[in-house]
Amino acid sequence: MRIVPLIISATATTALIFVLNTQLTVGTGKTPRLGYFLSPQQGFWQNAEPADVSFDKNISIAGIKANADVYFDDRLVPHIYANSDTDAYFIQGYLHAKFRLWQMEFQTSVAAGRLSEIIGEGGLKTDQYFRRLGMVYGAEQSLKALEANPETKAATDAYTNGVNAYIGSIKENELPFEFKLLDYKPELWSNLKTALFLKFMSFDLTGQGDDDLWMTNTRNYLGYDTFKKLFPERADSLDPIIPKGTTFDKPSITVKTPAHADSVYFHKNDQAITATPPIIPNKNNGSNNWAVSGAKTKSGKPILCSDPHLGLNLPSLWYEMQITTPTHNTYGASFPGAPAIIIGFTDSIAWGVTNAGRDVKDFYDIKFKDTTMQEYWFNNEWKRSEFRTETIRIKNKPDDVETIAMTVFGPVMYDQHYKSRNEDGKYYAVRWTAHDASNELFTFYKLNHAKNYSDYVNAISTFQCPGQNFVFASVSGDIAIRQQGKFVAKWKHQGDFVQPGTDSSYMWQGFIPANENPHMENPLRSFVSSANQMAVDSTYPYYLGRSGNFPVYRGFLINRKLASMDNITPEDMERMQTDNYNVLAEFTRPFLLKYLDETKLTREEKKYLDLLKTWNLRNDIQEKGSTVYKVFWDSCYKQTYSDEYSKTKLPMYWPEQVTFAEALLKDSAYAFADNINTADKKETWKDVVLVAFQKACKTLQKASNENKLEWGIFKDTYVNHLLKIPALSRLHLPIGGGGEMINATTANHGPSWRMVVHLTDKVQAFAVYPGGQSGNPGSKYYDTFIDSWAEGRYYSVLFLKKQEAESNSRIKWHFSFVKA
Amino acid sequence: MKFITAIILTALLSFAFGLFTALPWWSFAITSFVIAAAIHQKPGKAFLAAFLAVFLLWAILTFIIDNANQHLLSVKVATILPLGGSSFVLILLTAFIGGLVAGLSALTGSYLRKR
Repeated sequence: MRIVPLIISATATTALIFVLNTQLTVGTGKTPRLGYFLSPQQGFWQNAEPADVSFDKNISIAGIKANADVYFDDRLVPHIYANSDTDAYFIQGYLHAKFRLWQMEFQTSVAAGRLSEIIGEGGLKTDQYFRRLGMVYGAEQSLKALEANPETKAATDAYTNGVNAYIGSIKENELPFEFKLLDYKPELWSNLKTALFLKFMSFDLTGQGDDDLWMTNTRNYLGYDTFKKLFPERADSLDPIIPKGTTFDKPSITVKTPAHADSVYFHKNDQAITATPPIIPNKNNGSNNWAVSGAKTKSGKPILCSDPHLGLNLPSLWYEMQITTPTHNTYGASFPGAPAIIIGFTDSIAWGVTNAGRDVKDFYDIKFKDTTMQEYWFNNEWKRSEFRTETIRIKNKPDDVETIAMTVFGPVMYDQHYKSRNEDGKYYAVRWTAHDASNELFTFYKLNHAKNYSDYVNAISTFQCPGQNFVFASVSGDIAIRQQGKFVAKWKHQGDFVQPGTDSSYMWQGFIPANENPHMENPLRSFVSSANQMAVDSTYPYYLGRSGNFPVYRGFLINRKLASMDNITPEDMERMQTDNYNVLAEFTRPFLLKYLDETKLTREEKKYLDLLKTWNLRNDIQEKGSTVYKVFWDSCYKQTYSDEYSKTKLPMYWPEQVTFAEALLKDSAYAFADNINTADKKETWKDVVLVAFQKACKTLQKASNENKLEWGIFKDTYVNHLLKIPALSRLHLPIGGGGEMINATTANHGPSWRMVVHLTDKVQAFAVYPGGQSGNPGSKYYDTFIDSWAEGRYYSVLFLKKQEAESNSRIKWHFSFVKA
Repeated sequence: MKFITAIILTALLSFAFGLFTALPWWSFAITSFVIAAAIHQKPGKAFLAAFLAVFLLWAILTFIIDNANQHLLSVKVATILPLGGSSFVLILLTAFIGGLVAGLSALTGSYLRKR
């Protein structure tokens, strides 16, 4: 034995293994443990699924009451046939876990404010935000409601057991790819995680409420009188969900505006608020849905369409499946993380959802006695706070403890410890309907079992948050739409800004009863629709929230199209869902051209003007005119308002596009066209439009030099992996559309599930989503549908009875669940 | 002969222990060490035998996996790491790391026996 070389060699070996077994810091991120990650028998190579893989499997399992079968079609969509609902939900949980375990675990970790446990300190800001917003608190409240209901408890218990049966069955090498990349392991699933997932959707779809702080900044900066001009009550071009002129019942709740609101609330103009939510849900989170009755279709049977617009991610938010038990036969898009189908159809009815966009989250300015937050001033006395402690565990770092004061309004989100750019020393509590116990799952459970219109009304009547427009159609010929949620009965403009928290008169005074929510059944015009626009005209007795939260143009165009259509087929509806017509440009181009003085343009600039003039108003991928329009339009908007906002660096809201468009169309002497920084000159639209066009041409020239003038290339849509890793994402997708179009596809946001259901006696449906059934980046089923989705193609879905599934030629694989 | 035997045994045991996925990924370091201690060769040869054994084992395993997968995942990982998106380079890197760990372990095993 040679001691010295032995020691050197042993040390080198140990050191090498140690390094290969450690996550190394590179830049801002960490590497995987390279030895483990690259190991062919344990690491990522095990996730490289053979292209010709067979999914056939016999699964002997405890936890189900009877044997059950799952048939997978050629798109890897499972069709579950079980003898009881609970067995079906058990299997749904098992399948979600088998194909989507990492995303389920990751998304609920984010919702629970536990990202730091996975990625370390980099997740702390997100975690603090969600903890302080009361996500976990809200999920705990909702869990109580979910478990108090025997049907949703049984469904969720079975679902959780199914997820855990899968987690318990896998070996180390079978862990999903991202667990290996980030080096952690899945926990067991729980009903709380399901509640957290649903709460995350509430968060994502009630972002309207988050604007209170920025809106308050904006009002303070502009003054309320100017503010009112830039943020009008409602848009003239609004075509509401419930047609104008509909009469509404007398309200059962009379709301009182607080006595001194004018001075204490509206015209209050103290130090600007600077607290900034670190995460703001995408403003475009919205959707389209509509249904046409048999009077308008070729077959004489209704057709229902639904396409929710959300962030475009991989693995997809949605997982497509069919669930068949003796009590129901249902098909559609499910959430990995929750039982039942969320948007879909049964053999009798179909339903879809769009976001209601109502403001159900308000902020209150709390006056504490001192920085210990023990007591706060409320109704002329000092009231004791309660406290909630949230402990955030951070990978490789000591815990962070958030002590959150709880007031009569809700948790104090922003305080001295958590400022988030809040520099004025204030305390802001948040009141949000998602803090209240609620059981949204029960609505979906009942919709999955619905047979007719009254089942639908019954199913949605208890739905609380996030408020949705539920569209409905049935084989028996009914169509309907209802805006449903737990909506606050507000006085006009309540909660547009931060409200005083020293006085009960600013608290919410009640909730609007479900039967007073906007609704419409079998209207004479033979169609119903919604696209996140304001639901009703000004005769509706309750305040809906500020108009900027309700986009106008998609809804306008959908109604105009549907009104003019007849003999409709499902193919017509597919064409309409993927339509790239730009109605905003239809309205505004004539005015832009009218105000633009061509004689002042260079030859180069005239080239772009010609592209705009000859453009067909469609945002198709090859159109250059739509790029010219978009750049020119944005430039005009900026040119008009940037002088008003030039003296502040605080986060502010600018006017809505529709406000700008309507000013351009209707007000030839628009006051804001004047540049306030040029005292000697009064600018008009002509000046604004000329300078804006000249500026736009510079951007267009640059895009042209880079060969990016075609709209599809200019917009550059991508579907992002949840970890924002480009190699796992799909980039540069050739798809048209845009924010104001029916095909509302922007860069990383758009139709996340497109569905057209034809309610013939045997229901037919067509669907597609920008993802794939497998969440594994090493599977060829990871992004299968993305190209079809981008091209606007749909799949004819298989909606089969069990005997049909056994012999259908598109059925490729079979899971046999055998009771152990 | 010893050289060939060492290669075959090292590869075989690495593979066999690799099937027990509850063991750490570096279990083949122990088996490579034990074999080098048992089949006594000069340090250089011991290193080379174990290096080649695991290098070839891992190269073959990953080559088979990668082909069946039509390079879907290897291209993505070779972009993340970053290796220019080359599956081939990723396979080489994987095999080299396995070989190096095995080789150094065997070297240690060989020194243990050397008088």
